[in-house]
Amino acid sequence: MTVPVSITVNGQRYDREVEPRLLLVHFLREVIGSTGTKVGCDTSQCGACTVLLDGISLKSCTALAVQADGAEVTTIEGLAAGEALHPLQDAFWEKHGLQCGFCTPGMIMASHELLRVTPDPSDAQIRHGLEGNLCRCTGYQNIVRAVRQAAGTTAGQR
Amino acid sequence: MSTRIFGSGIRRREDPRLITGSATYTDDLTLPRMAHAAMLRSPHAHARITSIDTSRAAAAPGVVAAYTHADTEGAVAPAPCAWHLPDSDLKMADYHCLAKDVVRYVGDIVAVVVAESRYAAEDALELVDVGYEPLPAVIDPEAAAAEGAPQLHDEIAGNQAFHWQVAGGDVDAAFAEAEVVVSDRIIQQRLIPNAMEPRAALASYTRATGELTVWNTTQNPHIVRFLTSLVLGLSEDKIRVIAPEVGGGFGSKIAAYPADFVTMFCSRKLGRPVKWTETRTENYQATTHGRDHVQQVELAAKKDGTVLGLRCTVHAGMGAYLSTAAPGIPTILHGLMLSGVYTMPAVREDVYGIYTNGTPVEAYRGAGRPEATFMLERMMDVLAARLDMDPADVRRKNLIPRFEDGHDVVTSLTYDSGDYPAALDKVLSHADYAGLRARQKAGPANGAYLGLGLATYVEICGLGPSQVAGAIGFQGGLWESAIVRFHPSGKVHVFIGASPHGQGEETTFAQIVGSELGVDPQDVKVFHGDTDNTPMGWGTYGSRTTAVGGAALALTARKIRDKAKVIAAHLLEAAVEDMEYEDGKFFVKGAPDQHKTIGDIALMANVAWNMPKGVEAGLEASTFYDPPNFTFPFGAHLAVVEVDAETGAVTLKRYVALDDCGPQINPVIVEGQVHGGVVQGVGQALWEEAVYDEGGQLVTGSMLDYALPRADLLPDIEVLSTVTPSPHHPLGVKGIGEAGTIASTAAVYNAVLDALRPLGVSSVRMPLTPERVWQAIRDAKKSAP
Repeated sequence: MTVPVSITVNGQRYDREVEPRLLLVHFLREVIGSTGTKVGCDTSQCGACTVLLDGISLKSCTALAVQADGAEVTTIEGLAAGEALHPLQDAFWEKHGLQCGFCTPGMIMASHELLRVTPDPSDAQIRHGLEGNLCRCTGYQNIVRAVRQAAGTTAGQR
Repeated sequence: MSTRIFGSGIRRREDPRLITGSATYTDDLTLPRMAHAAMLRSPHAHARITSIDTSRAAAAPGVVAAYTHADTEGAVAPAPCAWHLPDSDLKMADYHCLAKDVVRYVGDIVAVVVAESRYAAEDALELVDVGYEPLPAVIDPEAAAAEGAPQLHDEIAGNQAFHWQVAGGDVDAAFAEAEVVVSDRIIQQRLIPNAMEPRAALASYTRATGELTVWNTTQNPHIVRFLTSLVLGLSEDKIRVIAPEVGGGFGSKIAAYPADFVTMFCSRKLGRPVKWTETRTENYQATTHGRDHVQQVELAAKKDGTVLGLRCTVHAGMGAYLSTAAPGIPTILHGLMLSGVYTMPAVREDVYGIYTNGTPVEAYRGAGRPEATFMLERMMDVLAARLDMDPADVRRKNLIPRFEDGHDVVTSLTYDSGDYPAALDKVLSHADYAGLRARQKAGPANGAYLGLGLATYVEICGLGPSQVAGAIGFQGGLWESAIVRFHPSGKVHVFIGASPHGQGEETTFAQIVGSELGVDPQDVKVFHGDTDNTPMGWGTYGSRTTAVGGAALALTARKIRDKAKVIAAHLLEAAVEDMEYEDGKFFVKGAPDQHKTIGDIALMANVAWNMPKGVEAGLEASTFYDPPNFTFPFGAHLAVVEVDAETGAVTLKRYVALDDCGPQINPVIVEGQVHGGVVQGVGQALWEEAVYDEGGQLVTGSMLDYALPRADLLPDIEVLSTVTPSPHHPLGVKGIGEAGTIASTAAVYNAVLDALRPLGVSSVRMPLTPERVWQAIRDAKKSAP
């Protein structure tokens, strides 16, 4: 059995027939081929699949595609404005906030949410805000620096 | 220019694709007619397969095929172990890619289902009917070695995979003359590497040509190609292995895995591309684990703290089968490091590699060296406590003095260079160690006990030379290769045999070329990870990519420079011996204004209109570099913790890491390696453990249950360095990938035990969870006189 969904991803509308059990992350990766969003676990711990659903962050492995019917999804591919990187992308690059890059799409989208809710976070708020996203490479320190830079603030600096 | 490129923390060249979601990892790939594989894995730790029937699964909607061991008989050989440890009575059990008759760990593959979609393949797994007769299982390596333990492999008595010994000096005399002997029993718990990218393989076999292309999450594609030729019986020239973007490895992507070979088999059998990507649950069950040592250790010393000797027995759990490099990890990479940074007259260690009903154990960041460093550094603190000396003083008393070109140690290694006392002193002074000790002496504040933990370490990087590889039973070489190719416009392509997967060598290697030849690193593109377009290489592990591959690259760049000098001399109508080179410019001595740039030479060499007599066209060179020795990075780390005596909670307050990896090509990348490495070691000390129940079920089988380090649990790490070049390396560099992990578990553990000392606690099993610490405090109180 399939059902129709209409999901707008990074400004492009996709009308597709999907199984009701299809996860949103699989809709993105396998149905429309938008593979920037990653799958790192199967228990919603790692956060690699974080996207924005109508502007608010969501672990896209925790939602079904049908739940996103009619919604607008923003993924890592939709963050930059043309060739101009989003300040978060630029900050992750500048501050060496990534190594293998696998957690990075989710980490950047979660950071986007963090700054939406807390525009001028302290280091402690950044660390707390990203506790739901796992990174095995960086030890998080340069991710914190990147988010701080993107926030355009020196709050929390020693 | 050269000095600015080498040592500059430029932004990474690999990042634009990674921060925009444009990078391609294995699971991101889709090929025309691609089918999806799912593995049915054993739910039992040990069982006999009494029946197996795939007919219902094969008939399910969307299913293309289902296979079991019987289908692969003669077509897929067992997954090989490639480290044949000599003089160890090594017994290698067959690791069948699909289990034959018996399953030996939860995760052993029993059947594979191939379907048109991943969902369909996973659905059909439930339709494979397997009858099991459960057998007794054993997980603990000591218990598995004991008499009466369940036996895993009929032909291997006592579950003993090997017994290996390292001995140097007269250890019995050392203990006979000792004024004090301290001992401990240390459990290096099993860890799960947790690279964020799950493992995957996409195999595409073309019947018409007999060619197989495999995209694989691997740290060493050339090794996978070679082993694939053995396992599948394909000609090596017809196999192409590509490691596309690889999302971390930490050792867990060294092995050539059964699931990968099964996926290749399916593609070959079906004549269409087949992709398999593990779930995280599968990753926990079947991607290799790390550590798993039971260590019994004794240290002999004089009353003034002078160390006389170390002896120990290790039971190393190998899991159900020997993974690709497994036998070398708890032996060569562990036992040879036992004297550490100290003047240690005698050591002896017996290592028993034991089969258990756990997931196979492989290299995990540090690979044997963290287990050695921990053992030694723990004993230094136990000795200090026994003698009522400060741990820093005990270390200082025994540190090998500064040396610049070779120091022989009792385990038969020759360290390259080191200044261990300077490293320790710099950390102590940066952290205000004396001030921290004074604060500690003032007693706990609000129930929080302050603890300081040191680890001074040396490690082995740059695995090589190949002659040594042969002598220690590694079934491959340990050299690395590089090709540098200048295009007419002066832009550069570099091809390397090593296979970085997050470490940033596309940037640091561009910096090497940039500093050697005066080109902008932005104009240097580094290719790696594709066996069809890179030279042979042995892989990225053991912090060897820059230490060995970087040397190959530097020497290649120097060959280019030599050729360019000849061409420049010709163009400037000068003698070659009168030519000078500086910052990308070739000129006649004393006349730098009349010069040719490397770009000018690249153009001329490529068009070849006016070349010196006898000089070939083109500007390209290659090197196969076999190092003369290992490199030996070192350092000193200090952890500062607070322990809440009421709750047992440990808070890491400060962490100071000093690492000396020689000259730093890109200090920002070095710092990143230290951060990540330290946090992985902290994870072992405080949070992480692969827990099995008595029946051999993996209890910590998901990220929900296995406690990985999180951003909110960690302080900023204070990163320091000293620079002691390796005398035998063309760039002096030593390697930094594992240093943090090698030191930090011991430093944090020592800090927590230092905090607990006034409470009478002298040993707690890792990880140091609040529950364990709290229990240890209570037990100490109860047993106090």
